[in-house]
Amino acid sequence: MNQLKGNNPGRRTILVCCGTGCLANGSAAVYEALCDALKGNDKFEVETLAKATGCNGLCEKGPLVKILPDDITYCKVKAEDVPEIVEKTLQQGELVQRLLFRDPATKKYYKSHHETNFYKKQHKLALRNIGEIDPSSVQDYLDRDGYQALEKAVKRMSPAEVIEEVLKSGLRGRGGGGFPTGLKWKACAAVDNPPRYVICNGDEGDPGAFMDRSILEGDPHTVIEGMIICAYAISASKGFIYVRDEYDLAVKNLTKAIENARERGYLGKNILDSELSFDIELVRGGGAFVCGEETALINSIQGNVGEPWDKYVYPAEKGLWGQPTVINNVETWANIPVIINDGAAKFASIGTEGSKGTKVFSLVGKVVNTGLVEVPMGTTLREIIFDIGGGIQKGRQFKAVQTGGPSGGCIPESLLDLPVDFDTLTQAGSMMGSGGMIVMDDRTCMVEVARYYVNFLAEESCGKCVPCREGISFLLETLTRICEGKGKLEDLDLLESMSCTIQQAALCALGRTAPNPVLSTLKYFRDEYLEHINNHRCPAGICKELTEFYVDEKLCTGCGRCRRNCPADAITGEKKKAHTIDPEKCIKCGECIDNCKFQAVKVK
Amino acid sequence: MAVNSEQTADRKAMGKIINRYPPERRYILAIMQDLQKQFNYLPKDALQMTAEYVNTPMSVVYSMATFYKAFSLVPKGRVVLKTCDGTACHIKGSNIIIDEIYKTLGIRPGETTADGDFSLETVNCLGACALAPVLVANDRVYPKVTPASLREIIEENRGRRDESTERE
Repeated sequence: MNQLKGNNPGRRTILVCCGTGCLANGSAAVYEALCDALKGNDKFEVETLAKATGCNGLCEKGPLVKILPDDITYCKVKAEDVPEIVEKTLQQGELVQRLLFRDPATKKYYKSHHETNFYKKQHKLALRNIGEIDPSSVQDYLDRDGYQALEKAVKRMSPAEVIEEVLKSGLRGRGGGGFPTGLKWKACAAVDNPPRYVICNGDEGDPGAFMDRSILEGDPHTVIEGMIICAYAISASKGFIYVRDEYDLAVKNLTKAIENARERGYLGKNILDSELSFDIELVRGGGAFVCGEETALINSIQGNVGEPWDKYVYPAEKGLWGQPTVINNVETWANIPVIINDGAAKFASIGTEGSKGTKVFSLVGKVVNTGLVEVPMGTTLREIIFDIGGGIQKGRQFKAVQTGGPSGGCIPESLLDLPVDFDTLTQAGSMMGSGGMIVMDDRTCMVEVARYYVNFLAEESCGKCVPCREGISFLLETLTRICEGKGKLEDLDLLESMSCTIQQAALCALGRTAPNPVLSTLKYFRDEYLEHINNHRCPAGICKELTEFYVDEKLCTGCGRCRRNCPADAITGEKKKAHTIDPEKCIKCGECIDNCKFQAVKVK
Repeated sequence: MAVNSEQTADRKAMGKIINRYPPERRYILAIMQDLQKQFNYLPKDALQMTAEYVNTPMSVVYSMATFYKAFSLVPKGRVVLKTCDGTACHIKGSNIIIDEIYKTLGIRPGETTADGDFSLETVNCLGACALAPVLVANDRVYPKVTPASLREIIEENRGRRDESTERE
């Protein structure tokens, strides 16, 4: 079994998930309690070791604790549960049932997370090590075939063969552009103007996306290995990893991984006794969304403000300090060792005609199993949201799924059977983007979602070109007006024509894709816009000026749940009798409608 | 006198941070990040010292300090409230949390209370989407925040500040 690899079967390993989600839920305390409990404990038959790992993906059920080789997964573990786990499971070999994963639909318990639907449909390549290894240990990475791809490349392949292998794999850039990675490398290698540079784009700025963060935190060496292989292929001497400074743990783990790689001779002079000399420097980003755009990122590394330039000439020819530069996204780098190790053919056998391999998505929003998932290209949206994600929270109605971050669009229910790849999503008016997938239900207002993204983009526009700077502000003003109930019918035409102008005239890809959230919601959810404009009503109950909640007397059982949850004391009513909402006091937070088990709270 | 010695001490600390890096333009960002972490904002002196150190006009350093979101030119509050307004948090009601903070503390994103206790910032995704909506007070993470739990969080952090001043 793959997950046992590198974890000695003669010893028992307890893996505590310390990804961001689990840490926020208190997994550090669980890990400490476990270490304390194991220290000096001689009641075990086999050597027992605790490790802190990166994100397992199933953030909804965190903190997660996995026990190997038994393959037991415990969910929502608290520090107080540790003595019971130690006594029952580790010493007596029994399961603690209440901590097992329980399928909300079938009520069935699962011993291992590998048995659950959430994991069964996934195919992990980029995330292959995350959650299975201690990211601060280079030995853990080596035990799972780490740096073997580098060895293979350097010792048994020519640089041209490495590029050919990446080309044949069909790998396309995972940062959103979808440009064939092999072509990028080939173009860069062909420019006879050393020095050449290699850059890892880890400036993950899309709201609602944390794929890159999980990889950098949970398996930093795979990114480093991918970059060294590229350095060998294109004869680069220096690499940079640009990562968001807010990602404390990623910065910490990467810093340590780079040091360890140097100590082991994977970075530095004459790597693995070859001619290759290459080192990597970490650059911490300053928190600007536009720096995710490659030319802006390059400007930022050079010590400028992060503004993009028009790409008449690609960075592969003239990039960092005017030199040939390969710049790829974190997830792209994580795939490189897999391609070299297993061969291009195997990689290309996964996925669709135009998009090979897998894609990592951060599946979030109103979905039951929030978390990080990796699926083969071509998996349908329905499979991702309903089979893996477990459907919509609280049994509500699916409305849309947003992919591609602020540059992407909203996809309605009628397109749920769309196989996900670079091309199908673009045709549907959205895009793959870096992999954010935000599920929305009937309590999400699509006009407000468009306003949200446009507001984000208006704040993040670098201001260099007029269509983006002024155009987006105009979109924002118009959408805000509609959300406040002051919209007019002609506003919809204005939105459309302004969007077209921005698409055609903006300088960089971020600007040109900025109108996507507006255009896709207008295309699929025009009714909702019309409802706001014509009837001054927000059907989802989100736009405050257009919302009034009321209790349907026929459906209300008088359970009092809404009354207790109301932070404004706006709800009154006696036990077992229909309640009423005082519109004067109501702050329209929606606690009542979201918590009512009988769908008795309605939007007027 | 006290003020002067404080200034000298600050300048010394600034110099120490700046000297960690080679005097090249490309390290401006890294230097400013370390300064921001140390002082909670970028003091004017620090920007001038940085500009001199890397031999770059002050206008360049200033343009970077105002371009990148991580930097502030005014001191931030003792407790910085960061409400996540990533998409997942947004559709789960982060704007209601922001409204409620305004009602309770009278500050909007980017502002600091008059007594310097609290600053409010919004961030675009903390990567803890399973816990949406998320609020972070300095380093403490609060999952699934509601208007009701928000009041407790604010009270708890007021107390927290008092504790730390008492200890000092």
